Amino acid sequence: MKKIYYREWGIESPRYWGLLAVLTVILAVAGFAVLHMEHEGHWVTGMNNEVVWGVPHVFAIFLIVAASGALNVAALGSVFGKHIYKSLGRLSGLLAMTLLLSGLLILVLDLGQPSRLIVAMTTYNFKSIFAWNIYLYVGFLVIVAAYLFTMMERKAQRFYKGVGLLAFVWRLILTTGTGSIFGFIVARPGYDAAMLAPMFIIMSFAYGLAIYLLVLMFTFDAEGRALGDKLLGRLKSLLGIFVSAIFYFVLVYHLTNLYGTENHEYEAFILLNGGIYTTLFWVGWVLLGMLVPMAILFHPALGNSRGGIIAASLLVILGGLAAMYVIVIGGQAFPMPIFPDKIILESGFQDGIGGAALYYSPSLPEFLLGIGGVALALGVTLVAVRMLKFLPASLADEVVDPHHG
Amino acid sequence: MSEKIDQNRREFVSVAGKAAAASVVAPGVLLHSIAHAEPRAEPVTDAVRYGLLIDTTKCADGCSDCVSACDKENGLDLLGKPDGATDEDWARQKPRWIRTVKVKDRLSGHVSSLPLMCQHCEHPPCVDVCPTGASFRRADGIVMVDRHTCIGCRYCMMACPYKARSFIHENIKVKLSAVPRGKGCVESCTLCVHRRDYGVAGTACADACEHGAILFGDLNDPNSDITKALQERNHTQLRADLKLNTGVRYRGI
Amino acid sequence: MVRTVTRLLLLAALLFSAVTFAESQRNNAVIEGSKAADLDACVAPTDFMRRAHFELIEHQRHITVHQGIRKTDNSLAGCVNCHVAKDVHGTFLPVDGANPVTGEQQFCAGCHEYSGVQLDCFSCHTNVPLKAGK
Repeated sequence: MKKIYYREWGIESPRYWGLLAVLTVILAVAGFAVLHMEHEGHWVTGMNNEVVWGVPHVFAIFLIVAASGALNVAALGSVFGKHIYKSLGRLSGLLAMTLLLSGLLILVLDLGQPSRLIVAMTTYNFKSIFAWNIYLYVGFLVIVAAYLFTMMERKAQRFYKGVGLLAFVWRLILTTGTGSIFGFIVARPGYDAAMLAPMFIIMSFAYGLAIYLLVLMFTFDAEGRALGDKLLGRLKSLLGIFVSAIFYFVLVYHLTNLYGTENHEYEAFILLNGGIYTTLFWVGWVLLGMLVPMAILFHPALGNSRGGIIAASLLVILGGLAAMYVIVIGGQAFPMPIFPDKIILESGFQDGIGGAALYYSPSLPEFLLGIGGVALALGVTLVAVRMLKFLPASLADEVVDPHHG
Repeated sequence: MSEKIDQNRREFVSVAGKAAAASVVAPGVLLHSIAHAEPRAEPVTDAVRYGLLIDTTKCADGCSDCVSACDKENGLDLLGKPDGATDEDWARQKPRWIRTVKVKDRLSGHVSSLPLMCQHCEHPPCVDVCPTGASFRRADGIVMVDRHTCIGCRYCMMACPYKARSFIHENIKVKLSAVPRGKGCVESCTLCVHRRDYGVAGTACADACEHGAILFGDLNDPNSDITKALQERNHTQLRADLKLNTGVRYRGI
Repeated sequence: MVRTVTRLLLLAALLFSAVTFAESQRNNAVIEGSKAADLDACVAPTDFMRRAHFELIEHQRHITVHQGIRKTDNSLAGCVNCHVAKDVHGTFLPVDGANPVTGEQQFCAGCHEYSGVQLDCFSCHTNVPLKAGK
């Protein structure tokens, strides 16, 4: 393997500033949406006392899950010693940090009392997985920052392997914690499953990698840096394997639920008659988010074309958002089984009369907040690669693979 | 520091204490019913555990007296729909501490009506999940929210098996002295905690029920009406499978 | 020379305004017509209360919420009850606001706005005494 050189992202200034301007406009609009929600209260959103977490949480949890997944590329280089991936580590660590920060920011801005963030950082209930997650997230940022330092500073290189291993283990724990936010909820049939934690881990592998691939291809293409088919081929195969793994987990999750009679109503809700949630499950998550990308990625021609890889990555991301919508909101919209042996005829609180789904209709400010988070992650990433040496000068086949040719 | 305060306070009490003390006892108390009332001076203990027994065979279909009494007692009747919200939105976004539910048995078709509120679990999932510890269980069994540390994350609402909690979605203009309330925090039934602390009997819902369907009392006192009633006949917990040991029990469902 | 005089004059004006403001604060801190106006001091000497009232309130808030202790001189409801004044129609004026007619800032608002310290209590607590059913 040749020595890898890194260089700042050098696209022409007008294009760079143009990109930042577009992202800033998106951020400004999102900022106004946040101020509006903050000033008026949550009544201007679609969230209510029945469906308490909405679109902001869909985006936030997706970004947090993707953040830990984005770090995997670096882990492949340091923990699993695959030299071909080593040069990708810096961008991997950077994306992990920006995605996590943006996801957290969305969560914080959606709080009823965002100004009390200091309370959340100083007062803990250690039985709460949420409280643990605050430590896990902050720890992740610190460890990944240190990891990046060992990659970028020659003198710190001897810690590279050790910190890399710590970062990898930490990210597994972090995603376990994120999945357990739902897995630990005993009261709701859609959650309350230990399987959610490993499922979130495998989802993070795919969503993080899909985002990584898109950012890598965009930044390299925009500047005309060489990005060889060899490396891209490896990454896209990995993506295909990760998506297949999600497919397997989803299959086992629902088969297990279908076996037990107590879960039949929930399964019918997600798989058959849940309206938007059923549509998003089959069309968004399963078809567009898994089957089509798998078909593209494993197709001998499509899977090796840049367009095919871009399309597949985009679909995996959209599927991921659909998956989060089904899990986060579908899980709440399914009526709570307060009276398992009874049908609810009337209620002063829409408890799901006759088993009807609880109502949630997302509002514009919620979407703007979520999209603002994505824009922030991208914006910070682009500024960082412009100012510091995150991107390899070349990832041409002969650079990354000594046996090439 | 506290020593200094105490000292200052003692100095002061000798001068004008009585006048001031008389003025601070009053706020928020329903004076009409405090014959023997003395505000609590010592911390609550687990010697008592407050709870409710709801007899659904007595609960009348279509009656919502308990709901309106609760609304009045806890200032929920002072809230108004925000300008621009639809009635449907408001119905889902306004806070609600107690609600009436009518259920039909899947096998027998037997229909029962009942009020549903915070079940004041011994092992409350809302307390388990709260990241800051704002959601807590008082020594006397009342599960409540410390608004000063509630950050409005709503994880407790995700975790509560009874959907007993409400989030304040709007700016609150008018609130009672005894029941603080503000945008961005979660709240739920407190078993009329201000009554407990000022030595006032009963809860608003129990007092309002003409049918005698709601019985309030101390579950730890072997001689209380509620304990006797629980011993007398069969009763159930909602979602007994979760083994939360609820402080609110039901009869006839 | 002229400059020095101007400076001295400015300084004098500043001092004078500071003194008169402090004087007006001393007189106006307790609102005319509130129960507190008839008392010599609050639940502790005035100097102490000015410096540390929030510590009393914060300590009390914890033991009231978590331990149910209500027999106290330090409850926020007590502050409001004693320091609230009424307008000419006999309606309570919010302690964190101003009299709409005279513009006079009420007890809590006066100092907090002057010192620029955000007053959070009344985002949840009532700023006038209010009992259920009224």
